[in-house]
Amino acid sequence: MDKHEFNSNEWVIAGRPFQSRLLVGTGKYRDFKETRLAIEKSGAQIVTVAIRRTNIGQDANEPSLLDFLPPDQFTYLPNTAGCYTADDAIRTLRLARELLDGHNLVKLEVLGDQKTLYPNVVETLEAAKILIKDGFDVMVYTSDDPIIAKQLEDIGCCAIMPLASLIGSGMGILNPWNLEIIIDTVKVPVIVDAGVGTASDAAIAMELGCDGVLMNTAIATAKDPILMASAMKKSIEAGREAFLAGRMDKKLYSASPSSPMSGLIK
Amino acid sequence: MKIIINGIEKEFDGNSLTANELVNHLQLEGKRFAIERNGEILPKGLFAELTINEGDRLEIVGAVGGG
Repeated sequence: MDKHEFNSNEWVIAGRPFQSRLLVGTGKYRDFKETRLAIEKSGAQIVTVAIRRTNIGQDANEPSLLDFLPPDQFTYLPNTAGCYTADDAIRTLRLARELLDGHNLVKLEVLGDQKTLYPNVVETLEAAKILIKDGFDVMVYTSDDPIIAKQLEDIGCCAIMPLASLIGSGMGILNPWNLEIIIDTVKVPVIVDAGVGTASDAAIAMELGCDGVLMNTAIATAKDPILMASAMKKSIEAGREAFLAGRMDKKLYSASPSSPMSGLIK
Repeated sequence: MKIIINGIEKEFDGNSLTANELVNHLQLEGKRFAIERNGEILPKGLFAELTINEGDRLEIVGAVGGG
């Protein structure tokens, strides 16, 4: 479906249809039960997971994330969080594909430094090329640089995911103008990934015309994550509807009353 | 023999073991994981025949919470 057809809530990433436009991470929750409850409340269909060394020698019956979020109920999006080179990211996602029985929809992120977690777009482009050649459907985390976003689309990424602000910062959308340029330029879905702090940030992203929003910290570290998950679901829907409805023009001085000018009592 | 699993040296009896034997030993049956041996992924379908030998470096990974 072309993203400019708005008669349906359904949208498509790499041939896979989804209804929810909220994508969520699974980190930073108090426990797996809270993870499950918050994600259920968010209505998200796509959940990101990290790939890490198994704790060898641990209790074999210890519950795992997958027990609480069964892969047949959610679309898993393995990420490359913590990778600073193309090689590490590629290695991680090949392991993820083996782990998830050939599932090839992935989130690529190659980070630039530990202080900012800002994306290293040079390594990201390199990794994306190799992964796409290797059969992966690559959803890519990137900066809000419109030229890089277009290049990532041109080499075959299936979703472009610019940051709103730094990962985990909760600073909201710092450059709506760049996001608008990316939305205008790129034909595959544009998903704001990182930086959302509260519900209005997510609504603004959707009002700008983003196809979706991916978040983790804003929900997981809220005082009540389950209630925040509910708020985010509504804000994504509200923002989307406002975008589709088409907002009124902003007019600084031409005030226009909403009530009739005639029939006033004298 | 000694092999390195997730950066930790482990001692095993004998000169080699199959990937299946290793999985049983580590009580990983029924769990979701993937194994890399010296940088190469071991396909699950071949665990019965693939062998682990002295000095091999293994990475065994799973999915955890992340954003």
